[in-house]
Amino acid sequence: MFTTRRDAAAATVAVTVEGRTVLVPHGASAAAALLVAGIGATRDTPVSGAPRAPYCLMGVCFDCLAEIDGVPNRQSCMVAVRPGMRIARQRGRRRAGPA
Amino acid sequence: MTAELAVVGAGPAGMAAAVLAAELGLAVTVLDEQDLPGGQIYRAVERAAPDSPLGEDYLAGRDLVAAFRASGAAYLPGAAVWHIDPDGTVSFGRDGRGGALRARHILLAAGALERPVPIPGWTLPGVMTAGAAQILLKSADLVPEGRTVLAGQGPLLYLVAAQLAAAGAPPAALLDTAPAGNRRAAARLAGAALAGWRSLARGLRLLAAPGLAGIPLRRGVRGLRAVGRGRVEAVAWDGGELACDLLLLHEGVIPDTQIGRALQLAHAWDAAQWCWRPVLDEWGGTSLANVSVAGDGGGIAGAAAAVLSGRLAALAAAHRLGRIDAAERDRRAAPIRAALARERAFRPFLEALTRPPPSVLAPPQDDVIVCRCEEVTAGMIRRAARLGAQGPNQAKAFTRCGMGPCQGRLCGPVVAALMAETLGRPIAEIGAYRPRAPYKPVTVAMLAELAG
Repeated sequence: MFTTRRDAAAATVAVTVEGRTVLVPHGASAAAALLVAGIGATRDTPVSGAPRAPYCLMGVCFDCLAEIDGVPNRQSCMVAVRPGMRIARQRGRRRAGPA
Repeated sequence: MTAELAVVGAGPAGMAAAVLAAELGLAVTVLDEQDLPGGQIYRAVERAAPDSPLGEDYLAGRDLVAAFRASGAAYLPGAAVWHIDPDGTVSFGRDGRGGALRARHILLAAGALERPVPIPGWTLPGVMTAGAAQILLKSADLVPEGRTVLAGQGPLLYLVAAQLAAAGAPPAALLDTAPAGNRRAAARLAGAALAGWRSLARGLRLLAAPGLAGIPLRRGVRGLRAVGRGRVEAVAWDGGELACDLLLLHEGVIPDTQIGRALQLAHAWDAAQWCWRPVLDEWGGTSLANVSVAGDGGGIAGAAAAVLSGRLAALAAAHRLGRIDAAERDRRAAPIRAALARERAFRPFLEALTRPPPSVLAPPQDDVIVCRCEEVTAGMIRRAARLGAQGPNQAKAFTRCGMGPCQGRLCGPVVAALMAETLGRPIAEIGAYRPRAPYKPVTVAMLAELAG
């Protein structure tokens, strides 16, 4: 859905999105990584199971909730990527339990 | 942790306030949710290439960011403020840990958010705000793949179109939803706007941006809707349809009043900007003596005005905390006020030109989702109003609107407009959600840490 701008520096940060390794640019958020990975829906809602993806990317809408390094319900647009970060879809509501 | 002045937000208002307050000798701490200073408008500007496709107005933010870095103000990036006590205790989460700061004065410089655009299909993956695409470009040099359509109105929509074109990803079309009456209403205000000729010139320069020339533009678009199964496949409007992979919506920006509302600051309905804003005195002072507001969070006026209002708030804080006397405060404020008046002269013209169509404020279709979190539709809000709910806080109890993770940030304005329409009462009387802490997600572990 999104890709590196032509003339920009190559993407160098390797993260795992839904088990697949993806290179994303330095400065990208985990939400941006989901968009670069081309995952259509990045979560489904707890209410009806409807597919959603990031909407505002500035911490307002919470539609980018994702599981990051095993912790569910993270606002992925507010988390900067780090090498080796594991990012996965958020399916429905999170379950209580040890993180 | 203590500070004399705590500033929430490192955008233009927060940075400018911190620079001046530190210069006047105050111990300043700035808390900001982002990893880098700049706010949304100058987001990641320190990392921008000199030939950035984002343009010179964006790159101009580097001076302010550099001044802020050199100011001596303590800076806590990545800090999400989740509670402010009226006694001046600011609680925040940072790197997964809890923190608290006790401040004698608090300046809220939380900025703006994009007005919700509740059209059919706006929850589909592939529908985003224009600002979201700009954030990807600013922070990570990312551009959309495939066919992008921009729809809505206002300066940011055209700016993003031009920036995407300059970045090698020109949009397939730009659909302008401004009602035809806006131009006539704005024309009557054009004379007064000339006092703010710099802003006017900036706007005209934007419309003449080379990239815009090649983008098909359709004006007077009505009945906008996103169409697709599982993700957006097309954008449709009354009389037309276009296939697209990404639909970027924008209908202007409104103040982020979440923290101020939680603090129960006095707010007023701004009929010209169609939004709530805190009631402020000429220094940005609120109904709480130790809390002030600067920048777009106090009413939309743009980045240049935000810098100026941030400086005024810093002068007032320095006076209140005994660093300067009233005469020095007023002497320093005079030229800032004059510049602020010039910046604001342009706004009534722009507000009339970009007034959102009524269908954006209160969607006519009952099946449109209004509260994205709890999936509450416009019809459910209308029904709650007919059943006796008198305002957004009661509608919450009837429908769960505003009770999801975004805490009503996105649905608040729409719910209020729908209730005003159904009950036949002005929005000013209908009121707004009363948000509560935590303003941002906080873990039990963070709370436990604070308890010591």
